[in-house]
Amino acid sequence: MAQLLQHLINGIAAGTIYALVALGYTMVYGVLKLINFAHGDVMMVGVYMGYSTAFLLGRQTQSTPWGVLVIFLVAMAGCALMGFLIERFAYRPLRDKPRLTALITAIGISFALSYGFQLDIGFLPGSAPRAFPQIIKPAQWFTVGDPEFPDVVLWNWQVISLMLAVGLMVGLQYLVYRTRFGRAMRAVSFDHRVAALMGIPTDRVISLTFMIGSALAAGAGLLYAIKDTSVSPLMGLYVGLKAFVAAVIGGIGNVPGAMVGGLLLGLVEEFVVGYAASTWRDAVAFGFLILVLLVRPGGLFGRVAAEKV
Amino acid sequence: MDTAAVVSSKPGNPTSMVPASLRGIFPVLVALPVLLLLEWLLSDSPFATYLLSIMGVNVILAVSLNIVNGMTGQFSIGHAGFMAVGAYLSGVTSLALKDVAISFLPVAVSDQVFLLVALLVGGIAAATAGFLVGLPSLRLRGDYLAIVTLGFGEIIRVAVTNTEAFGRALGLSGIPQTSSVAMVGFWVFLVVLVARRIAGSSHGRSLWAIREDEVAAEAMGVNTTGYKVRAFVISSFFAGVAGALFAHFVPIINPGSFTFVKSMEIVVMVVLGGLGSTTGAIVAAVFLTLLPEGLRSLFTTFGTGGSLAQQVDQIRMPVYGLMLVVLMLSRPQGLLGTRELWEVIPRWIPRRRKGM
Repeated sequence: MAQLLQHLINGIAAGTIYALVALGYTMVYGVLKLINFAHGDVMMVGVYMGYSTAFLLGRQTQSTPWGVLVIFLVAMAGCALMGFLIERFAYRPLRDKPRLTALITAIGISFALSYGFQLDIGFLPGSAPRAFPQIIKPAQWFTVGDPEFPDVVLWNWQVISLMLAVGLMVGLQYLVYRTRFGRAMRAVSFDHRVAALMGIPTDRVISLTFMIGSALAAGAGLLYAIKDTSVSPLMGLYVGLKAFVAAVIGGIGNVPGAMVGGLLLGLVEEFVVGYAASTWRDAVAFGFLILVLLVRPGGLFGRVAAEKV
Repeated sequence: MDTAAVVSSKPGNPTSMVPASLRGIFPVLVALPVLLLLEWLLSDSPFATYLLSIMGVNVILAVSLNIVNGMTGQFSIGHAGFMAVGAYLSGVTSLALKDVAISFLPVAVSDQVFLLVALLVGGIAAATAGFLVGLPSLRLRGDYLAIVTLGFGEIIRVAVTNTEAFGRALGLSGIPQTSSVAMVGFWVFLVVLVARRIAGSSHGRSLWAIREDEVAAEAMGVNTTGYKVRAFVISSFFAGVAGALFAHFVPIINPGSFTFVKSMEIVVMVVLGGLGSTTGAIVAAVFLTLLPEGLRSLFTTFGTGGSLAQQVDQIRMPVYGLMLVVLMLSRPQGLLGTRELWEVIPRWIPRRRKGM
């Protein structure tokens, strides 16, 4: 029983992080109908920005609340800028081309970032994984059983990431459905040409969406790094893929869907690792995805739009 | 294969233009002596043999992926998975048949017979896997199909890593090194022939129709599902054979050879050559195989230190990524587009058969 509870806690904690990364995928897909394959790698770059900032701040200041805030803000701002540049120079020129070209471009950017960061030249970090500094000091919030060797532990960072994720989701939902910008986003998503005719600055809306999505990725990446305590240039490829799987399971383009998809994926993975074999984790994630898609091709909350000629 | 297809050369349908030279038995008569001569010339140069083999394997992979990605427009990014299926199953077959020989044949010939058996086993196993992956394309299209193929490739990799019979993460070693340049060349020839024949046939025209507009093709009475699944099966069969050939000239195969990265390498070849151009895929595959090797030996000969030569491998992947981006921005249709090499050569080179 205690074991089950612990797996549930771990699964939800992993799931919220997937869900946060998945939110970025979903937003970008919502307005552009583009799978931004590079999203995970933007996240990875954000984590490295946070890593460098933590070192610049030094050991004393980095774990204070202000230090943590600075680390998050720097990483998120840096990623927002990078998201803007990627959108401006790689995706915007291809907006009216077939969607496949944009997908290939996204894969290209993903590869350039993740493998470019592995080089051992100049300031680049090299391929070896590095220990991420403990910017949030781990503390047990809740334990069951013997205080020395508890059966169930709930860590403070798990609570923090869950609260952050839920808060961000509610904020996004508000942004999309209650604000002028959100209305513009939905209009662009529906038909960007007509939206432009109606006086909506399409390019600006798409740029901003990209920037918000990338900033979210950076935040989620930092939470992931705190949980995993190590960073490497290839982390973006795999976390990104998982988050993408989560977004598709929930129905890509759907904000609550991304949340549910992330949680489901986190729980499924945790139970596979806990009760079956840990080496099958990645295969199970993709198997789950294929299964969901075969039953509901639009994802759990998605709708399949009828296609016209 | 020897029934010389009557290929229409109707105006406005340049894709069905198969050159006269590829029809009938003539190419076989030319290719066979060339391959055997090559085999004999290279028999005492292991590096050249290796290079030609890996080049041939890459050509088979690129041309076969082009049938799905280029001709049918179904973006598949899990080709290395099929390659892995072929490599492992043929490897296991060869290991099982290691001590068997056909007594009335010379050893070399008997080896080639067993290699052929192993290749066919690998190819058929991969084709079965391709059928299984093709089936979801009943319901999925575009990005979703791409992600399912990617997931499939990863599932294969994890499954192989966890199977005792496949040597887990250590891989399979001791597979008899029976592959030869002639055998690789034979399969290169076969895959090119099949790809060109498909491109020019009515089957191929259905594939092009699906590529251009799936809904419209369906409305015109093309059985889109059937054609897509068939394209997947043919393509994965050849990927399996390529994997099997690969397994028979490298000392060891392990799951690390068939990752997402390998799939992307093949995608880059297809995209660079031009989605839909068979000769483009060949040229790109040859170029992208030779480039890292050439750079590495260049750095070594100029003595700029082993570190730079080692970095060629590191630099390769980011360069591939940037190449995809630049290519999509400047020439989204790839170097050749859907045209073939002989359609883009300058006019002043005399041609046997005029294009339209």
